[in-house]
Amino acid sequence: MTRWIEIGALDQIPRLGARVVRTASGNIAVFRTEDDEVFALDDRCPHKGGPLSQGIVHNKRVTCPLHNFVIELANGEAVAPDEGCAHSYPAKVENGTVWLSVREAVTASVD
Amino acid sequence: MLEKVSRQKLVVIGNGMAGIRTVETLLERAPDLYDITVFGSEPYGNYNRILLSPVLSGEKSVDDIMLNTEQWYDDNGITLRKGETIVMIDRRTCEVVTATGARVAYDRLLIATGSNPIMLPLPGKDLPGVIGFRDIQDVERMVEASTSHPNAVVIGGGLLGLEAANGLMKRGMNVTVVHLLDCLMERQLDPVASGMLRKSLEERGMVFKMPAQTQAILGEDRVTGVRFADGVELPADLVVMAVGIRPNIELAQKAGIHCERGIVVSDTMQTYDGRIYAVGECVQHRRQTYGLVAPLFDQAKVCANQLAMKGFASYSGSVVSTKLKVTGIDLFSAGDFAPGADKEEVVMQDAARGVYKRIVLRDKKIVGAVLYGDTVDGPWYFQHLRDGTDISQMRERLVFGAANLGDGGHAGQNSVAAMGDEAEICGCNGVCKGTIVKAIAEKKLFTIDDVRAHTKASSSCGSCTGLVEQVLAFTLGGDYSTAPKVKPMCKCTDHSHDDARRVIVEQQLKTIPDVMKFMDWKTANGCHSCRPALNYYLLATWPGEYRDDQQSRYINERVHANIQKDGTYSVVPRMWGGVTTPNELRAIADVADKFKIPTVKVTGGQRIDLLGVKKEDLPAVWADLNDAGMVSGHAYAKGLRTVKTCVGSEWCRFGTQDSTGLGIKIERFMWGSWAPAKVKMAVSGCPRNCAESTCKDVGVICVDSGYEIHFAGAAGLHIKGTEFLAKVATEEETLELIAALTQLYREQGWYLERMYKWCDRVGLDAIRKQVVDDLTNRKALYDRFVYSQQFSQSDPWAERAQRGVDRNEFAPMAELELA
Ligand code: SRM
Ligand SMILES: Cc1cc2nc3c(=O)[nH]c(=O)nc-3n(C[C@H](O)[C@H](O)[C@H](O)COP(=O)(O)OP(=O)(O)OC[C@H]3O[C@@H](n4cnc5c(N)ncnc54)[C@H](O)[C@@H]3O)c2cc1C
Ligand code: SF4
Ligand code: FES
Repeated sequence: MTRWIEIGALDQIPRLGARVVRTASGNIAVFRTEDDEVFALDDRCPHKGGPLSQGIVHNKRVTCPLHNFVIELANGEAVAPDEGCAHSYPAKVENGTVWLSVREAVTASVD
Repeated sequence: MLEKVSRQKLVVIGNGMAGIRTVETLLERAPDLYDITVFGSEPYGNYNRILLSPVLSGEKSVDDIMLNTEQWYDDNGITLRKGETIVMIDRRTCEVVTATGARVAYDRLLIATGSNPIMLPLPGKDLPGVIGFRDIQDVERMVEASTSHPNAVVIGGGLLGLEAANGLMKRGMNVTVVHLLDCLMERQLDPVASGMLRKSLEERGMVFKMPAQTQAILGEDRVTGVRFADGVELPADLVVMAVGIRPNIELAQKAGIHCERGIVVSDTMQTYDGRIYAVGECVQHRRQTYGLVAPLFDQAKVCANQLAMKGFASYSGSVVSTKLKVTGIDLFSAGDFAPGADKEEVVMQDAARGVYKRIVLRDKKIVGAVLYGDTVDGPWYFQHLRDGTDISQMRERLVFGAANLGDGGHAGQNSVAAMGDEAEICGCNGVCKGTIVKAIAEKKLFTIDDVRAHTKASSSCGSCTGLVEQVLAFTLGGDYSTAPKVKPMCKCTDHSHDDARRVIVEQQLKTIPDVMKFMDWKTANGCHSCRPALNYYLLATWPGEYRDDQQSRYINERVHANIQKDGTYSVVPRMWGGVTTPNELRAIADVADKFKIPTVKVTGGQRIDLLGVKKEDLPAVWADLNDAGMVSGHAYAKGLRTVKTCVGSEWCRFGTQDSTGLGIKIERFMWGSWAPAKVKMAVSGCPRNCAESTCKDVGVICVDSGYEIHFAGAAGLHIKGTEFLAKVATEEETLELIAALTQLYREQGWYLERMYKWCDRVGLDAIRKQVVDDLTNRKALYDRFVYSQQFSQSDPWAERAQRGVDRNEFAPMAELELA
């Protein structure tokens, strides 16, 4: 069952930037594009595990800070000719609040 | 359909390489500005005329050389009227008139009618079997003749003539090349290379009659032979005239547009009638006409920019290079190689290997090059020729090419042509030659960017870029010379770093989106490579005014620490001039204990690195270091890193000046300044040079009578000793000169271009003139540096640790507990 979890206000994430949501099984990176769309991916690059949240966001993509893989925010796929995929999560904005859907999550503490 | 009506009408005469390249570029810049109609006499879409030679020789088919299919014109809403010739331009009514009398109106007109082969006015020139070599129809006629007739004569021993002769020979004909002079391709080759070329073509079976003047073409209803001035007659069933081309200006002339040899255009590619533009072989720009595609593509770019009403690009002429497209013959020529009193030559000839190289120099710069037999370095010489590189430093080894100039790790390798497939080209990503060659062939790669994307070669440190370019050049052969003249910043734009820097100043652009909009960026927010560059250019151009864009900074500069492979960070506090105190060391030790920092290491820059700090601990770590008086060492910055020093006169028995003290002064004065790339300095107390000043971006060597200032050294990817800049008498003057030099670099350097590369590009003399000879200019540069420092000398660690700047950056947004 998918459940939407509120993780905070949109303006807590910089435009063309990202924040992380911490979980016991690793960080999830939540990205914000120039026109205020949000996307969520595991904060692990499919190449060598680089933290995607620390990369430069351009259009609907992020460049990994370690070796410049470019990853599609919408589905986590590496842009060809690179290969690999970071797990993605449904995310949305409603009235300035960001929601994330993580299947197993039960409680959230927002700060 | 209202908007359609309001669009302007652009009519293009000539469906060839220059005209359509202009249209393609225009569509990228302003897809909706015009309704476009293209007229072309030839009954096809647009094709790559250059490749008619391999079509003639049977190495390619007509289908292989099509560039834009009719579908492409449809898809882009362009009306293609192929097989229709324009016979008149009516400038009064702004209409063009076709051969059948139809009239089409224009708001803007682009003339791209190319040129026609010159047909010598000889008796018999109109006989069937006498043709030029210009279009698909000519090739079809030649192929047809070769199936039914044995003998061909080609008049003209230039590039086109030899390619025609080679093709006809491959088709089984006996070919004689007739040339007026005794030197083949005299416009591109010197007599030595020309002789070598003749010899190897003769070995393949080509026959030459030269010098020889043709007097008449013989025959009744078809050509049967050729007669020369000396009375000799040769049998011929096909005569190809390849004696030159004449710009096709007839239409323009009739319309009263000013023409000389070609249609005269300005730097904006406009004719004397402001509504009428012209590009390609039909134009004459600054007294020059061109017959190769590279310059025409440069013109097309400028013209498209103008037609898109951007109006900032201008054309200032091109230098061209030539390769002969005869498989198995390697020949490259570029620039001006005629002998002259003001020129010097470096010549290498190895008759046994069939290799000849002649590099012509003027004022320490390459102005011309002729290569025969081994041409892999052609593009490399050509690049230096166009860049106007000062080559005095590499003069002795110049003739041996790029591979012999000591690029880190690659020295000693002769040329990529000689390397085996398993030879490693890119050390960072472990890519060998075979992999690159295979990718180029299979994936049809044409540019260095393509190769980077597909193989990762040259995508990291870049020191192998020259080698990868060589692999490209020799794998692609002739096609590579069509590479654009100026290197674009990245795939998001066609413009170069210089263009961006210039436009920012000229147009007073003050934000990244404004620059991208004005310069027609092709992507929505650029990419990781152009955004940081633009951010730097804006910062350096508008100190105190431009607001640094954090999201356009690489992570290290955004969080003021260096990211490590496991996502943790390293922290390097400044140790001014490499000098520390027991208190500082205690604070470092305490911080390491308190935050369980796994590694404490002495760096190569005379300071201490704390490695493995968690991102969320960074502000607290900084707070403790700040408390002990320490600030960021900017170990991550494209800006001043370290100023290494030796102990100097304070302790050392050889010290001539207080090198430690001077180093500290320089570091305190210059820290915090952003630059195109990292800047490392050093001060040594005497010529024993224990601070290694002669391999830094800026190095000072103290001597008894003062301070020798050196610059443009490096010891990383590339090892390069410094250049001597000047000797000065006092510490004050040292500071002024170094600051002025750094400011000049800040204003001219391309992003990520280290000081030594900038110096290579703009020239040592040019830099000396501005900061050593011209004292007023030096002072002005110094003042601009000081002005910008007032906005940059605030410790980024304190801002974050104490004043809560970017607090969000260091904390997670939320924590989720999972079931
Ligand atoms: C820490 C240190 C190695 C050490 O343990 O000693 C180091 C570490 C790194 N160097 Fe270095 N370099 C260090 C001294 C040097 C030196 C020696 C020096 O400065 O005297 C050199 C050669 C001198 C020179 O630059 O010409 C050096 C030439 C490079 C280069 C090649 C630069 C070039 O243009 O040729 C790179 C790659 C780059 O910048 O693109 C590089 C890049 C790096 C990076 C930033 C790699 C990266 O992108 O992550 C490393 C960061 C590790 C970190 O987080 O601290 N490092 N690096 C040294 C820090 C000095 C300091 O106190 O700030
Ligand atoms: C065999 C051959 C080999 C070559 N090899 C090389 C090489 O290796 N490297 C290199 O850089 N260059 C090479 N060139 C030169 C290069 O092809 C030309 O410089 C380039 O094609 C010129 O482009 P253009 O658009 O000015 O003219 P073109 O490509 O000739 O286009 C002009 C078009 O306009 C049409 N036209 C003319 N008048 C009218 C009219 N009144 N109405 C309608 N249409 C009209 C013509 O039919 C033609 O299709 C070669 C040329 C040839 C012929
Ligand atoms: S510290 Fe420098 S030399 Fe060492 S691995 Fe990193 S980049 Fe390479
Ligand atoms: S870890 Fe992301 S590119 Fe290597």
